[in-house]
Amino acid sequence: MEKEIRKKILEILEKDARLSAKDIASMLGYEAGEIAAEIESMEKESLICGYHAFVNWDKTDDDRISALIELKVTPQRGNGFDKIAEKIYQFPEVESLYLMSGGYDFTVMLKKATMKEIALFVSSKLAIIDEVQSTATHIVLVRYKDHGTSFIEPHKDLRMVVTP
Amino acid sequence: MRDFICEKIKKIKPSGIRRLFDIANEIPDVISLGVGEPDFDTPWHVREEGIYALQKGRTFYTSNSGLSELREEICKNIKRKYGLDYDSNSEIVVTIGGSEAIDIALRALVDPGDEVVYPEPCFVSYQPCILLSDGVPVPIELSAETEFRLTPDRLEAAITKKTKVLLMSYPSNPTGAIMDMEDLEKIAEVVKKHDLIVITDEIYSELSYKGPHVSIANIPGMQERTILINGFSKAYAMTGWRLGYALAPAHIMEYLLKIHQFAIMSAPTVSQYAAVAALREGDKDIEMMKGSYDQRRRFLMESFREMGLPCFEPYGAFYVFPDISEFGMTSEEFCTALLKAENVAVVPGSAFGECGDRHVRISYAYSVETLKEAMKRLARFIESMRQKTL
Repeated sequence: MEKEIRKKILEILEKDARLSAKDIASMLGYEAGEIAAEIESMEKESLICGYHAFVNWDKTDDDRISALIELKVTPQRGNGFDKIAEKIYQFPEVESLYLMSGGYDFTVMLKKATMKEIALFVSSKLAIIDEVQSTATHIVLVRYKDHGTSFIEPHKDLRMVVTP
Repeated sequence: MRDFICEKIKKIKPSGIRRLFDIANEIPDVISLGVGEPDFDTPWHVREEGIYALQKGRTFYTSNSGLSELREEICKNIKRKYGLDYDSNSEIVVTIGGSEAIDIALRALVDPGDEVVYPEPCFVSYQPCILLSDGVPVPIELSAETEFRLTPDRLEAAITKKTKVLLMSYPSNPTGAIMDMEDLEKIAEVVKKHDLIVITDEIYSELSYKGPHVSIANIPGMQERTILINGFSKAYAMTGWRLGYALAPAHIMEYLLKIHQFAIMSAPTVSQYAAVAALREGDKDIEMMKGSYDQRRRFLMESFREMGLPCFEPYGAFYVFPDISEFGMTSEEFCTALLKAENVAVVPGSAFGECGDRHVRISYAYSVETLKEAMKRLARFIESMRQKTL
């Protein structure tokens, strides 16, 4: 039961983090207090790790760019990939970090930065880590969809105002 | 010049929705909760199948009763979901929306003067379609007291020697009411006793929030006296594709098909191909949309409780039907005033039959964000109306 309700709360918040505990409670048929408590404990357990605005930077005059870097590394005896990951995600420049299956090991997504900053970060921070064998840096040209939201066409209600 | 228009058509009243539409349509930034169709886009895999059908040049007529592939999928689906057996060759016709199915079912059954009984408030097309088929419309007025369920005594009271057809639709547009097995069993008894036939419009069958939907055709001895209508509009968010179907015993279907083949020929081919994809891989889509509607339904009910606006809890479709009688206005006056004061469009209950006049229909085929803003405005409006009457 608890698991089921948690999943529902998470699904709702993932779509719209601004909904209050009261709104969510009425949507799910619970008391506002119960939902607030559940959210609080999920925050404490790091099931919910933050609430962020979803910004379309391309619409601003910001001309920094996003980069994705493929990393091949040599895992260490005893520590596997986790220790290396720690060395990478501690950098504030790193937006997200994933360990991957397939042709390379880590995907590093960088926060928006200038070309110069990215070049410097890759060459002087990432490439010099002992375990890193190689890097391949890709620049994002256009962001069409992110977090399930399309960036290109804002959703417009095409229905007639009143229909039977 | 003579007046060429036939008297039958002149007598049919224009839809009450039209008037409100004309006003609402003029207001920029209107928040409308007046729409009778899903807010979701047709699932992409279904749209893609439609595009593929076009690319492949599948733009010819299909057989009158519909693409055989589609008929088979529909029958499989009806068997799987409702446990009903229909033969995909002789007991089905694919129509242009549920609307055409209602029309041809009535035309196939009704002789001039035959009475058709139907619960009201109901979908706007029932009464006009009965009149067009030269039948006599006999509305059975329902109220929130019975949660807008049809009861055997109300049905019994409406039946005369001339009654031939019971036309009903649950889950209901506009009330959101549903009927469970027990309710339907009692109705079936009366239907059999008076030797009637049932046209059941179950277009909202997938949107039932209190246990699985049951059809009156599920009751022993009823399938043989039932025309079951359903379609793709609501379940798969496919309103504009115009695709529905009717299911009935072969000796009845034969005549629906006769009308369909001469009046329509066949339903849109591209839509039929897309619908095959909807049936084969659409369960997840339905589950997602249904879950979302149910959350919004609860949200609205909670909002009404806070406002002190009486509303029976509806468990179907995507409508709520609150009672606005405390304000001493007709439902149309209420809707017009709300529209003018707060730019919120809802539909007067009277558009669905006179007995709906104590109510307004509010659709929750909108995002929670829109519903939230609309409820804020509705609450403000109601508060100001209550101040006035003090």
